[in-house]
Amino acid sequence: MDSGNLVLQYFLSGITKGSIYAVVAIGFNLIYSATGVLNFAQGEFVMLGGMLAVTLAHFTPLPVAVTGAVAAVAVIGCLLEILFFRKLRHHSVLHLIIITIGLSIVIQEAALHLWDEKVRSLPYFTGNEVSSIPFFGATIPPQVLWVLGTVAVTVILLHVFLKYTLQGRAMRACSSNPEAAMLAGINIPNMRTLSFGLSAALGALAGCVISPMTMTQYDMGAPLAIKGFAAAIFGGLGNPMASVVGGLLVGVLEAFSVKWLPAAYSDVAAFAIMLLVLFVRPHGLLGRPEGASVRDH
Amino acid sequence: MTTSVKHLALFLVFALAVVAAQLFMRVTETEYCLTQLTMSVYYAIVVLGLCLVMGYAGQVSLGHGAFFAIGGYTSAVLTTYDFSRFTGAAWAGWLKQAHVFVVKEDLYGSQVMTTSPWAAFLAAMAGTFLIACLIGYPALRLKGHYLAMATLGFGLIVSKMLVGSALTGAADGINGVPEWKLGFGLTVSGKRAVRVENYYIACGLLLLLLVLLRNLVLSRVGRALQAIHDRETAANAMGINTAAYKLKAFVLSALMAALAGVFFTHYAGGIGPSEAGVLKSVRYVALAAAGGMTSLWGVTGMSTLLNYWSLRGLFGSYDHAVFGAILILIISLAPEGPLKPLEQKIKWLTRRMFADSPAPPQQKEVPIK
Repeated sequence: MDSGNLVLQYFLSGITKGSIYAVVAIGFNLIYSATGVLNFAQGEFVMLGGMLAVTLAHFTPLPVAVTGAVAAVAVIGCLLEILFFRKLRHHSVLHLIIITIGLSIVIQEAALHLWDEKVRSLPYFTGNEVSSIPFFGATIPPQVLWVLGTVAVTVILLHVFLKYTLQGRAMRACSSNPEAAMLAGINIPNMRTLSFGLSAALGALAGCVISPMTMTQYDMGAPLAIKGFAAAIFGGLGNPMASVVGGLLVGVLEAFSVKWLPAAYSDVAAFAIMLLVLFVRPHGLLGRPEGASVRDH
Repeated sequence: MTTSVKHLALFLVFALAVVAAQLFMRVTETEYCLTQLTMSVYYAIVVLGLCLVMGYAGQVSLGHGAFFAIGGYTSAVLTTYDFSRFTGAAWAGWLKQAHVFVVKEDLYGSQVMTTSPWAAFLAAMAGTFLIACLIGYPALRLKGHYLAMATLGFGLIVSKMLVGSALTGAADGINGVPEWKLGFGLTVSGKRAVRVENYYIACGLLLLLLVLLRNLVLSRVGRALQAIHDRETAANAMGINTAAYKLKAFVLSALMAALAGVFFTHYAGGIGPSEAGVLKSVRYVALAAAGGMTSLWGVTGMSTLLNYWSLRGLFGSYDHAVFGAILILIISLAPEGPLKPLEQKIKWLTRRMFADSPAPPQQKEVPIK
């Protein structure tokens, strides 16, 4: 394979991973803009989605298993909001951070005890491990198309939902001005629950489509959450659609870092870039600086 | 009772508890438990340092495991790495003259030249100081979620680099760290003969740091930090250099973590990459929350006790889950820490029993938005 094709191969693997980071980042953003909570347990939704789908796939056909897993995780997301965050809205940021971290550990440990520490995966949606589609001299497994297609459709649907439906507009109203939204008769607590459910469902869907390629394991959530956060920061926190660009950027940078760094350091590269962005442009590469306000959340 | 008398009494109680624990273990012939108790005391030092950042300055740090590991690993690498390949170099000769390098025989009888533990300790502290300043300066300008993520990212970078590099023993960590002769006939080492001695070294160190922290907290610096914790903007307006104070608190607490790391490494004879893991850093936060964050005594007691139980294997395979649950429960039910309501209850009861006066009206918390 000549170097041009190798670059294309890196690039494709980068955008595949990056699209998953993008979904996690969108999940962060949805919850953050509706509730002001940065949910550190976001990666756990991805893990739970994958795990549940793998288990359900033993009993039901694949589409049913995936749907079931997404629905179940959405319910879990709503329950978390109702049980923990409804009561604690007036707590300090420090407390909310600590609670989501605690939740992430407890979910992870629960998964460890419910399943085990083994790596598992869903079957390929079409074809198998060796089937590949030639693409300008590089080869891509069909699952890549599934991942990219699912993410693209989801992002478009989410955009339509937020922009044009009554519920979606109510949700945006909640994030831009809660008091005004309340006066307009929007039930804010329910909107917050909806944002948790929606973002959990998105995470679970990502967990299902990525499972055949990167496998699912009980402790996969934390690194995903950090990279998803990096993606959200790249795009600027509070802007779900910009995090798609952020996610793809993180994925591609990570894929290309393998060229210069040992594979063990590919995560280090992603985190180091995140730190750099945080220190230099905390409002994101695409966001607008708004004085000190971004540093106050 | 004035504050200083109360503190003096508490220090006495602490010293008595330390001695009582050791005597109890001797009588019940469970002195082997002192090993875990000593380790928990070292961990308690990290948590105490974290309190300064979280409880007093009001800043979150999810990277304190990394500072512990930086201290421990610097010390471990320097005291085990064989520098004899540089014998010809002039700088190696100077360092040997200055007793920084010591020559000794290894297990197989060949000559190795390593760094002396004291020099390694100083290097570890200097290294931690530098890294804490470099990370703290830009990170502490961020707030809330951003700061949490930045410190978490820093912790992850350190832990991935420790696992990824051969110098730090990759996933196995470093073993065979030599004992550390402190002077005055004291040795930090995991040998059975010096187990009791090491327990008292650890407790002495903890007591020393407690005294220092207590003085710091009651001083001008402590009041400034408290003001930053309550209202940063107001503190700034009062003329407090908030950025400088936050950085000082952060660096000081990083140094405490590294100090504990160095002692721990010499005591355990080695260190592994799990010490830098995210779960370790989160555990320190959980322990600080369990102790009430601002109560130095509560934090010391809670963190020693919980870590001791954890190291004795009381929580079994639910170890991490227990600490996660502690975080959720304490923050959602008693954000001031579980000891504070208990303390108030006891005060109320004693007042009722002795003075027979009606209980004062409960002070109402003003929610801070």
